[in-house]
Amino acid sequence: MFESVIEMFSYPFMVRAFIVGALVALCSALLGVSLVLKRYSMIGDGLSHVGFGALAVAAALNAAPLTVAIPVVIVAAILLLRIRGNSRIKGDAAIALISTSSLAVGVMVISLTTGMNTDVYNYMFGSILAMSAEDVRLSVALAAVVLILYIFFYNKIFAITFDETFAQATGVKADLYNTLIAVLTAVTIVLGMRMMGTLLISSLIIFPALTSMRVCTTFRSVVIHSAVISVVCLAAGIALSYYCATPAGASVVMANIAALILYSLAGVIRRKTWR
Amino acid sequence: MALIKCENVSIGYEGQTVVRNLNFEIHSGDYLCIVGENGSGKSTLVKSLLGLKSVEKGRILYGDGLRQNEIGYLPQQTDSQKDFPASVYEVVLSGRLNSRGIRPFYTQADKKQAWEKMDMLGIRDLARQCFRDLSGGQKQRVLLARALCATKTLLLLDEPVTGLDPIVTAEFYQLIRKINRESGIAVVMVSHDIESAVQYASHILHLQETALFFGTAKEYEHSRVGRTFLGGEQHV
Repeated sequence: MFESVIEMFSYPFMVRAFIVGALVALCSALLGVSLVLKRYSMIGDGLSHVGFGALAVAAALNAAPLTVAIPVVIVAAILLLRIRGNSRIKGDAAIALISTSSLAVGVMVISLTTGMNTDVYNYMFGSILAMSAEDVRLSVALAAVVLILYIFFYNKIFAITFDETFAQATGVKADLYNTLIAVLTAVTIVLGMRMMGTLLISSLIIFPALTSMRVCTTFRSVVIHSAVISVVCLAAGIALSYYCATPAGASVVMANIAALILYSLAGVIRRKTWR
Repeated sequence: MALIKCENVSIGYEGQTVVRNLNFEIHSGDYLCIVGENGSGKSTLVKSLLGLKSVEKGRILYGDGLRQNEIGYLPQQTDSQKDFPASVYEVVLSGRLNSRGIRPFYTQADKKQAWEKMDMLGIRDLARQCFRDLSGGQKQRVLLARALCATKTLLLLDEPVTGLDPIVTAEFYQLIRKINRESGIAVVMVSHDIESAVQYASHILHLQETALFFGTAKEYEHSRVGRTFLGGEQHV
């Protein structure tokens, strides 16, 4: 058992996958608490599809994938927030519209250039081989930024998430923080999506928050539990992926499903014994 | 000097004027009820008083040491709060945010304030409980404590008794009156409940795009507008 763990970490790509994965999982869990509670869950899904389109175009143009994808997804994130605020097209429809459009553009570009091949499969469902040393540096920087901003603005983020109108009335610039959350989410998703897959990356945002909400009754504990659950599930998922040769994204989601079931049970038991 | 003075205020959305040529004042210690039918511009006026919506014409002046972000606002509850995991203490403490400015963390003084307000409203025992598990009346007390944390001078309550049963509603009105009288905090309440408005408030603003009536509650009862509105309600 111990030896096989050592063996797993003797592969540089595994170490990179663990580092990038854990940091992305941490960031998406923190951001996810606000997104889920503010009913923005589907934004993550929409953004990952935009990311897919952007990566496909970048590959066709022979450009560096992240330098194309990150700005495009950031713009999409800000756009989606604006659309939700005031628009004739309702938020959920707008997200579906944008995400299917980007997916279609991506598929068209790929089939006209390289053709549908294993790259597409990897984009869709993720691969633990996808992480480069560059990604490691980027994810460390991202995680540092997200953590510092999150701790610094924690009280304001709570106020905006709980009651945006009240927060605004007491002088908190809610739009600024919403945009900040959207931008950080965009970067997190682009970083994570090649490992987790376009179709599954949004699970990192939604699962940990929902899981910890089964049991926790304070905002602070929800945040802390989410962060821990997310990182643990990611590590478990990648280990599963390594040993069973299953796609990374799906394996991580499996671990998250298990955590959700455990927490739900704990929540039920807790409520029963409480009364 | 008044806490809030509205001078010829007009407010609108995309060219549609909702509130027109409104004039009124709120002084320290007043208890003003804003009444009117649905769509009469009450919520729009509230947004403008809070600075969330700019006025088209006229101006809103703040005085007597009241700054716009120091209004203790009790909003209508939102949908997402129904399953929100937050303790009562966390919610109440977030009322201190306007005293923080750019500084990120609460001080001991902020925390003491939060406990004081919870004591004042008799919800200290609930501090560790989850907001979503509370009854309607308890939730309103928590949000009231948060509003009190945010202000020293003026509470602005937006239809605070919606969805509360008659007994809890009466308790809530008593509580507001007690705060108004004992702490000298001015109260502005948007309300549908015209009879309680006349009973508890010192002043009434009857809004129907513009002010149909503004004056003391006594005057309102004897005014033509007031008699129609009060009388009309009794026949329903």
